[in-house]
Amino acid sequence: MSALLELAGVRAAYGATRVLHGIDFAMEERSITALLGANGAGKTTTLRAICGMVRSEGAIRFAGEPIQNRKTEDIARMGIAHVPDGRGTFLHLTTEENLRLGAYVRKDRAAVARDLERVYGYFPRLKERSHQQAGTLSGGEQQMLAVSRALMLAPKLMLLDEPSFGLAPLVVRELFHILRAINQEERVSMLLVEQNAAMALDLADQACVIETGRMVLSGTAAELKRDDAVRRSYLGY
Amino acid sequence: MVTVTILLLVVACVLPFIVSNYRTFQLTLVLVYAIALLGLNILTGYNGQISLGHGAFYALGAYCAAILMDRFGVPYWATIPVAAAVCLVAGFLFGLPALRLEGLYLALATFALGVAMPQLLKYHLLEKWTGGVQGIVIVKPAAPFGLSLNPDQWLYFFTLAITLLMFILAWNLLRGRIGRALIAIRDQHIAAEAMGIHNALYKSLAFGVSAMYTGIAGALGAVAVQFVAPDSFNIFLSIVFLVGIVVGGLASISGALYGAFFIQFIPNIADEISKAAPWAIFGAFMIGFVYLMPTGVAGAVRLLTARRRAP
Amino acid sequence: MDALLHQILAGLATGGIYASLALALVMIYQATHLVNFAQGEMAMFTTYIAWSLINAGVPYWPAFFLTIGLAFVLGVVIERVVIRPVERAPVLAVVVVFIALLLILNSITGWIYSYTIKTFPSPFPSQPIFGRYLSPHEFGAILVTLVVLALLYAFFRFTPLGLAMRAAAQNPESSRLVGIRVGWMLALGWGLAAAVGAIAGMMVAPIVYLDPNMMGGVLLYAFAAALVGGIDNPMGAVIGGFLVGVLENVLGAFVIGNELKLSVALVIIIGVLLVKPSGFFGRVQVTRV
Repeated sequence: MSALLELAGVRAAYGATRVLHGIDFAMEERSITALLGANGAGKTTTLRAICGMVRSEGAIRFAGEPIQNRKTEDIARMGIAHVPDGRGTFLHLTTEENLRLGAYVRKDRAAVARDLERVYGYFPRLKERSHQQAGTLSGGEQQMLAVSRALMLAPKLMLLDEPSFGLAPLVVRELFHILRAINQEERVSMLLVEQNAAMALDLADQACVIETGRMVLSGTAAELKRDDAVRRSYLGY
Repeated sequence: MVTVTILLLVVACVLPFIVSNYRTFQLTLVLVYAIALLGLNILTGYNGQISLGHGAFYALGAYCAAILMDRFGVPYWATIPVAAAVCLVAGFLFGLPALRLEGLYLALATFALGVAMPQLLKYHLLEKWTGGVQGIVIVKPAAPFGLSLNPDQWLYFFTLAITLLMFILAWNLLRGRIGRALIAIRDQHIAAEAMGIHNALYKSLAFGVSAMYTGIAGALGAVAVQFVAPDSFNIFLSIVFLVGIVVGGLASISGALYGAFFIQFIPNIADEISKAAPWAIFGAFMIGFVYLMPTGVAGAVRLLTARRRAP
Repeated sequence: MDALLHQILAGLATGGIYASLALALVMIYQATHLVNFAQGEMAMFTTYIAWSLINAGVPYWPAFFLTIGLAFVLGVVIERVVIRPVERAPVLAVVVVFIALLLILNSITGWIYSYTIKTFPSPFPSQPIFGRYLSPHEFGAILVTLVVLALLYAFFRFTPLGLAMRAAAQNPESSRLVGIRVGWMLALGWGLAAAVGAIAGMMVAPIVYLDPNMMGGVLLYAFAAALVGGIDNPMGAVIGGFLVGVLENVLGAFVIGNELKLSVALVIIIGVLLVKPSGFFGRVQVTRV
């Protein structure tokens, strides 16, 4: 099975500060891969490099196609949905408008309507609040909205940046449960950046660890969870 | 640098005797505009407060001079300090509320001032002093002490003296602590306040001094042109000043002189083509300079002279 | 009482024109956080194009709609060619570019059409409808304004493209993440603003006569209206426009005299900026440092 997403020697910087020093990484289709590491290691930057939100050097390939430094909107149109750091909700628009925007590039109205219902099925609370201003939703609900909006793109790959951030553990568990369901039922591959390594390793199949801009470890989630030394030195627990 | 200045000064003193009276008059206006542009530059170039209404202060100074000379018989040279004082206060007072406005909003407020000025000048209750739509006509003064200079030449030297004074004053002000404070406020106003610079005071003073300079220019201009009327002080005057400092060079003293030459002589040359041509040229040059030469002519000169000196 | 009513109604007519131009300003501000100082001249220039078409024999309403289309194209072109390079430039550079645009449009018009005042036809019949209270053109102008506003509201509220434009204005980064081409949304916004401005110009020209400097005062009132309503609030701009129009007329007729009417705009602008810069309906801007 060819890799869905490949990064080779990816370097990125913010102005003069170099953050990524050569990331090598590959991800298979249908997998949930966790990208772990400490604060400031470069996890978010990696996602942003994939989406063209930050200039990078090296090679990035999606389904075999090079997407290096392409415009963010073009990459989205190729089927990569990014749930960003901070959720990126359109705060002044309603819940439903946010969802419809997720499907902006899709032409098949009927399919979009079906997907909207399916999304409401995963997250019934969003249906209750469909005409409410998105800014008035709670943190957990906004996270569900962000994931749903990404889902409305009918993506092949979903990038999630710290989806557990600021959420109560119970809410995170519920969310991750739904993510696994989406991965299996919708066949959406997922790349999950998380600081909460324990919960991420429970959800993911594969995992890798970034440290100061370099990939230092990768393997199955089960392997990383089992290895005590790895856990202590890289994952902090 | 000093030799160039002295050379220029010599040339400036000799010119009125070799060119026509009309040219001398035009050169006088160049000096007048140079003072006005220096004023605007202090505020916008050095201190970063955008004014699209400086024509209003020019008008204030001009009307000060005209009213004093025509209605109260004050001699022309005494009107200059009065115009300066009035505009200093007016500018400072305008600068106080302006403290609350940043960038675009200040530009908007001053733009409104510039557009509304002619109407304010035509207000019928003030007509007794301002002469309403017709304005005021004043007489050009003759050379004093029986000097063998015609009025145009005398006015030129009078203006030249004041220009020198204003430029030296500005040079002193801007290269020292005050200049650095103004620039600090422009570039990093929060850091500036944190460093102990009293932002509010400096910004209001900058407004006052800037208005004072432009007011002095207005007074001198009124005497040179011998006429003030509301419609000559419309928004386009303010815009022309902006053109002058962009082309001449923001945050530059010599830029005021380059800019003044530009705004005085382009209309002369372009008027032949059409009445609209000078404005089109101003607009084109402004855009051109913003994209291609943001430091203006002064910046270009600095680049050229620096390169020559480098080993 | 009679005279007051007349002034109020006439104020609503001119207020509608101010509301349209204010709306154009707000549309651009919402998307770019920039004040388009050249909005008036863009409207004036396109009105002259309408004049040329009518003079060449094109009937009024076809010329009207053709002009709107041309204005739209002009707006898009200006955004892509002139504004895009300075989108992220410091404030002064942007202001200078807008003022330069103002100058260039004004002078090109003067060059092509000369500065002599021209008459511009009104499409509305000359028999008075409401008798002495409102001229047919004033009534027509109010109608046109309301129709335009209703169409715009429907467009932004109910169409996908309108939604995308709103999204791009509010949150460009998230918009890109869902595949919206934010750059083109901006250009579209400028196109729409230019089109609305053209309508405002064609409605005001029969009243103030066609001349390259005709929009100067109108622009000032539009600024005042936009500020009163909140410079990022379209509904506010519209209400502000009608308010300013009525205020201008009533104050001008009964309090300060017609010659000082522009100072009403000046006082409103400075007053609002000092007392309530976010306007009466706008969102308070928090600048993050």
